[in-house]
Amino acid sequence: MKGWMGKFRALFLLGSLAFILSACGRDNLTALVPKGYGADISMQLIILTTVVMTFVLLVVMVLYVIVLMRYRKKKGDPVINPEQVEGNKTLEAVWTIIPIILVVIMAVPTVFATFHLADDADAEDHINIDVTGNQYWWHYDYQNEEISTSQDLYIPVNTKVYVHLITKDVLHSFWVPSLSGKLDVNPENVNTMYLEAYEEGVYFGKCAELCGPSHSLMDFKIVVVSQEEYDQWVADMQNFDSEKLELDAVAQEGKELFEEKACLNCHATDTQTYSAGSVPIGPDLTQFGDRSRFAGYLEPTKENLVQWIQDPESLKPGNLMTGAYPEVNDDEADKIAEYLLQLKPSEVSAESKED
Amino acid sequence: MSSIAATGKRSFGSFLWDYLTTVDHKKIAHLYLAGGGFFFILGGLEALIIRIQLIKPQNDFISAGFYNEMITMHGTTMIFLAGMPILIGLMNAAMPLQIGARDVAFPFLNALSFWLFFFGGILLNVSFLTGGAPDAGWTSYASLAMQSPGHGVDYYILGLQIAGAGTLMGGINFIATIVTMRAPGMTYMRMPLFAWATFITSVLILFAFPPLTINLFLLMFDRMFDTAFFNVALGGNTIIYQHLFWIFGHPEVYILILPLFGIFSDVIATFSRKRLFGYTAMVFATMLIAFLGFMVWAHHMFTVGLGPVANSIFAVGTMAIAVPTGIKIFNWLLTMWGGQVTINSAMLWVLGFIPTFTIGGMTGVMLGSAVADYQYHDTYFVVAHFHYVIVGGTIFGIFAGLHYWWPKMFGRILHEGMGKFTFWVFFIGFHLTFFIQHFLGLMGMPRRYWVFLHDQGLELGNFISTIGAFLMGVGTIVFIVNIVYTAVKGEKASADPWDGRTLEWSISSPPPYYNFEQLPLVRGLDPLWIEKMEGDGTIPPGEPLDDVHMPSGSFIPFLMGLGFFVAGFGFIYQTDNGLWYLALYGGMAFSIGCMVVRSLKDDFGYYIPKEELQKALEGEAK
Repeated sequence: MKGWMGKFRALFLLGSLAFILSACGRDNLTALVPKGYGADISMQLIILTTVVMTFVLLVVMVLYVIVLMRYRKKKGDPVINPEQVEGNKTLEAVWTIIPIILVVIMAVPTVFATFHLADDADAEDHINIDVTGNQYWWHYDYQNEEISTSQDLYIPVNTKVYVHLITKDVLHSFWVPSLSGKLDVNPENVNTMYLEAYEEGVYFGKCAELCGPSHSLMDFKIVVVSQEEYDQWVADMQNFDSEKLELDAVAQEGKELFEEKACLNCHATDTQTYSAGSVPIGPDLTQFGDRSRFAGYLEPTKENLVQWIQDPESLKPGNLMTGAYPEVNDDEADKIAEYLLQLKPSEVSAESKED
Repeated sequence: MSSIAATGKRSFGSFLWDYLTTVDHKKIAHLYLAGGGFFFILGGLEALIIRIQLIKPQNDFISAGFYNEMITMHGTTMIFLAGMPILIGLMNAAMPLQIGARDVAFPFLNALSFWLFFFGGILLNVSFLTGGAPDAGWTSYASLAMQSPGHGVDYYILGLQIAGAGTLMGGINFIATIVTMRAPGMTYMRMPLFAWATFITSVLILFAFPPLTINLFLLMFDRMFDTAFFNVALGGNTIIYQHLFWIFGHPEVYILILPLFGIFSDVIATFSRKRLFGYTAMVFATMLIAFLGFMVWAHHMFTVGLGPVANSIFAVGTMAIAVPTGIKIFNWLLTMWGGQVTINSAMLWVLGFIPTFTIGGMTGVMLGSAVADYQYHDTYFVVAHFHYVIVGGTIFGIFAGLHYWWPKMFGRILHEGMGKFTFWVFFIGFHLTFFIQHFLGLMGMPRRYWVFLHDQGLELGNFISTIGAFLMGVGTIVFIVNIVYTAVKGEKASADPWDGRTLEWSISSPPPYYNFEQLPLVRGLDPLWIEKMEGDGTIPPGEPLDDVHMPSGSFIPFLMGLGFFVAGFGFIYQTDNGLWYLALYGGMAFSIGCMVVRSLKDDFGYYIPKEELQKALEGEAK
């Protein structure tokens, strides 16, 4: 019997250990392993409040167990009439005052952190990016660099990058758990926060405010690169001209189809073709060939892309592309896909940063 | 033969007619429990569909659009059509008895409250059959709700508007009852905690529901009559919707929990055979929680971008609520301390509640830390938190209250074995479902996600969560079996099966339709216990035996509800076709006509003659 219990206990301990280790979640997605300043500050408060409140829970549970062990009516106990205690002023004062002290311990750092993170006085000295939420994709305008891109946001490591959020349609919420807490994307005002990543890599971003059927597919990526790589990327993007792109024959046909099938009505393939501040109807495709994912969550394979071009509704319900263009047959879709996958303006790409 | 069949038929007909026209608080309680129970099952099925969809990554069990309908209807149903009605049912069943009243202050209004809730709930759910339920979340935030195609959100607006009017009337009714109808000697500070909780909850309803009503009206005008309160392009503002919603929405969560604090207090005192520890502190803690509950709505909006000043104020306010809540938890523990604690089904739910709700309160304080909330907000952490407080508090409390008052309401005791089985399966299932969700949230899973993606470390947690949900389903089914079994073969209950302390246990189970032959004389807190210890175990009369005035039943409340129900369809569909104005004006005219009839027709009720009461008293004495 004892041996069985021992084995069970060992198994249980091992199991829970494995569970705790895996419980931190996927790297660069989970908020439990912060890799940016905002996420770090949040994590410190999460730990502080968890510790304080776990202490309270323990006190309650100890009392609870003692009460149940000592005062539970067991089988055969005679019914008694216990003393009818009205209360106890001292005890009641104790469990009023101690919680007040605990609340102060948690409230003071919270207030400090709230003001600290909201301080954007130095925004002008850093990179500023206008972020626009759309059903169901994200658009980025680099204010001073005069470049735009969609879905994958490139930022340099170890420096503040200010994002200014607004939505073109319904509410969204901009969340990169490993780098920073979330901020809502409202239609009536610009919300500002900053990202400051400690490590290079590709970070998962998610929309955190219900925005329609494909809310759960509105993922995006933050590609954190070194300062040099960032500078190179900016230069490559600025110098990119899709007209001068060397394309093979199939892709060239794809390019023509891209115009013929009205894709160009909504999608730009040249970051400089629209004036600063304006947002295209559909995602900017300038660096489509470098995207880590497309449509938020799909592997950028040709097969996926062909299906997407022909029937986006099956992959992303409620998207605004469905029905906005003439029918595309298999062959045409294949050529357009080929063209899009060759749009690679820079050597610096999400692929190079993915582990 | 035919005559037997005829009487059988007539007796069912008269049974139905009895409930359709009743103004008796005890029967209205049955109606509320049946209606709320029905919607609870419906909301539970919606929950299971959600969990099946999330059993594995990128599942395609249901479509994205239908998933959004499911989450919206699950939340709306559970809060407005299951939680609150069942609570109001328990209030109706127990509160008048606890304060020694023969009914509520406005019995007619009480029936109207129920029928408005009923028709509002049915209206909301009709949307499933007419081309799509509301799909903008139970909060129905303005920008998405305005864009939502079809009539789903219109059903949400009209359904809640009608049901909400019923709730508001119910709140006013309970306030009037407690202020004016306490028995002789039943001072405020002698009321059982459940009566106190009913009173304070009703005040919350009185102040919280008008903002909801206004908000729904604004949204309705925007959607149906082309106003622009929330249309940003025309100068509207969607943040106002969020403020108004949470000015209602936060007190709403206290409307859902304070009555249970009352139930737990009464159940713990009864089954510990001890008076409530720190009664005065408990009463004032409840008031303080209710007051602070109105001061903290913007903690649902920390990520909206209100700025550090607002976020800080609301963060500190939120944490402050932990203090009165802590007082309550410790007072409950100290009530049991030194008592003799009988553990039966009702008490099991209470004992399950204490750790569960403490965890829910713990995560509540953690959520109050604004900067930490930037990570928690709108993720499964929040989903876990509010299920810990609403299921761990409200639903556990409802089960405790049902086990506790079932004998009083129906004259039979629920089966103990099945009761305990339900508790353990539901309790384990609950923690399996929701504990892991705290971590899912922090691991990067936002709430209201139709699918979670492959290879993001979210598979195991979601799988466990779905298994737990099914256990909760099994527990609920066993409870339903228990109800049927008890109705057929259950043990008959005496007037006082639990050796109770409060007035409701001094009269027979179920009570006569007039409750008390003579209004009781209350000599202190826990009046029945006092009489058991110091008197002869019976409550002395507080008035001489006399004729008792009773209100007569009425079919008008049902008809008024029906009128608004029809008008609701008129409002929803008049945007499509002008003919629907017939339903709109017809329904409204019919309901208003009912009001006029009610106002102009003199109805003085009737009297139960003294002799009949005398006979009943003698029967009891035997």
